[in-house]
Amino acid sequence: MADKRTEFSVPGKPANSRPAGRSFPTVAAVLALLLGWYLLSLLLNNPALPPPAMALTAFITQIPSGLGRDFLISTWRVLASILISLGLGVPLGLWLGRDRQYDRFFAPLIYLTYPIPKIVFLPLVMILLGLGDISKIFLITLVVFFQILVTTRDAARNVNEAMVLSVSSLGARRLDIYRHVIWPAVLPEVLTALRIASGTAIAVLFFSESFASQDGLGYYLMDAWSRYAYDEMFAGIIAMGALGYLLYLGLDWLEKAACPWKRL
Amino acid sequence: MTGASIDITGLCVSYHRDRETVEALRDVSLQVDPGTACSVIGPSGCGKSTLLYVLAGIMRPTGGRVLIGDGDPRAGRRETSIILQDYGLLPWKTVWHNTVLGLVIRRAPAAQIQAAGEQVLREMGLWEMRGRFPAQLSGGQRQRVAIARSLATRPDLLLMDEPFSSLDALTRESLQETLLDVLKGGGLTMLLVTHNIEEAAYLGRRIVVLTPHPGRIFTVLKNPAAGSTGYRKTDQFYRLCRDLRCRLEDACQAGSGGEERHPGGPPAAQTTGFGETKVAGVGR
Repeated sequence: MADKRTEFSVPGKPANSRPAGRSFPTVAAVLALLLGWYLLSLLLNNPALPPPAMALTAFITQIPSGLGRDFLISTWRVLASILISLGLGVPLGLWLGRDRQYDRFFAPLIYLTYPIPKIVFLPLVMILLGLGDISKIFLITLVVFFQILVTTRDAARNVNEAMVLSVSSLGARRLDIYRHVIWPAVLPEVLTALRIASGTAIAVLFFSESFASQDGLGYYLMDAWSRYAYDEMFAGIIAMGALGYLLYLGLDWLEKAACPWKRL
Repeated sequence: MTGASIDITGLCVSYHRDRETVEALRDVSLQVDPGTACSVIGPSGCGKSTLLYVLAGIMRPTGGRVLIGDGDPRAGRRETSIILQDYGLLPWKTVWHNTVLGLVIRRAPAAQIQAAGEQVLREMGLWEMRGRFPAQLSGGQRQRVAIARSLATRPDLLLMDEPFSSLDALTRESLQETLLDVLKGGGLTMLLVTHNIEEAAYLGRRIVVLTPHPGRIFTVLKNPAAGSTGYRKTDQFYRLCRDLRCRLEDACQAGSGGEERHPGGPPAAQTTGFGETKVAGVGR
């Protein structure tokens, strides 16, 4: 009976693992950020920029009374958009990257549509898809999808042909080449693109939730702003920052788990 | 099992690159006996790698006939293995997964994958490193993994494209001995493409010298003592290396129009001592 552990999983842990004391620079960075914020609030002495303690207190107290719910709604919208973008962009990018014939046809279309700032379609999307989740998810997907598509296609195109050749010589069929060579080769690039796109996704999320919206962090933030509740506004900003940071951490973890060879 | 025979007659290969037609090989004929090693040597652009890819079934000939055993070469012929210059290892797969890749692709039963993988890794002294990635190995160890991967599928034909070119001399010699051990085990024919004269002379019982642009057989040398114990330190080996060097220089000249200066045949045709000599034609 085959040993499944050694056959289909990575036996043993790579020699290089997480360096000790890595959390120290993170803590130091957070403290430096809070200190800078505090000093700036002292310097400006303006209610629009409350000190961190006040904002953090508002953040904690607001979680049960609406902020937590809006955070979850926004998280769902961003995650759904990222998953749809991956589901569409990765297969399409892999296909176009390895099929010159079709890429020649689609490349001009991508080059024309990629640089257009998708956010300008917000009014149109809201008219066509309504004011609910779908229009927001659609708009974020539109932005993230193109980043994933272009990165995946370029990465698939640049895969070392010697690797393809060596696996072909073992009798690999088209799907085997995708499974054993192309997909693992493009995966780190896809995750990097996703990391970059996650920042853009949250910016688009904020924008789409700021207009004609009844929920989500963008709505929460703009609502607090309109009420001059600056501590709540900053609670919303912290929540949005936390959402970005958690996404970033998640992608970082995913890269470590899925691409162990990149850490060597 | 005795290894596969190779029978090439009038092989021509052309391909398109940057909208130009490149004639890589012209009228190449060659026979390799089962269970023996054949070295192919020549300057850059002589079509050495193209010849290998045709035998691996990765490239199709534009003319002539190629037989491996009784059949045509084709990609995925179960009994053909190929080792490339840069090892061809996948950086995202461990030593174990790289080694058993051919078996996994061929949908071999899990028990067979386990048994063959373990056996070949133990034989190559790599068992303890099975969990490492290629980036964690030295150049020699990586090439050892590439050899292990090739042997895991139990081939009868092993094709090698400058397999040791990036290794230091001692590692290269150690791996050459490994290959000879495998060859002595029987059941395997080897075709080694190299630009290293000593390597060609040490391993190849038959040494094929190609001319560049297009690749044609300049000469074929017999080398019956290839791989024998202590051969590397004999006068016979040194003489063969000297002779090969002269022939390579002549092959370069012939390929760059030098043959026009020697209408009666290249100067190499006058000296031999290591068997037959053929000029740009049948090299049996």
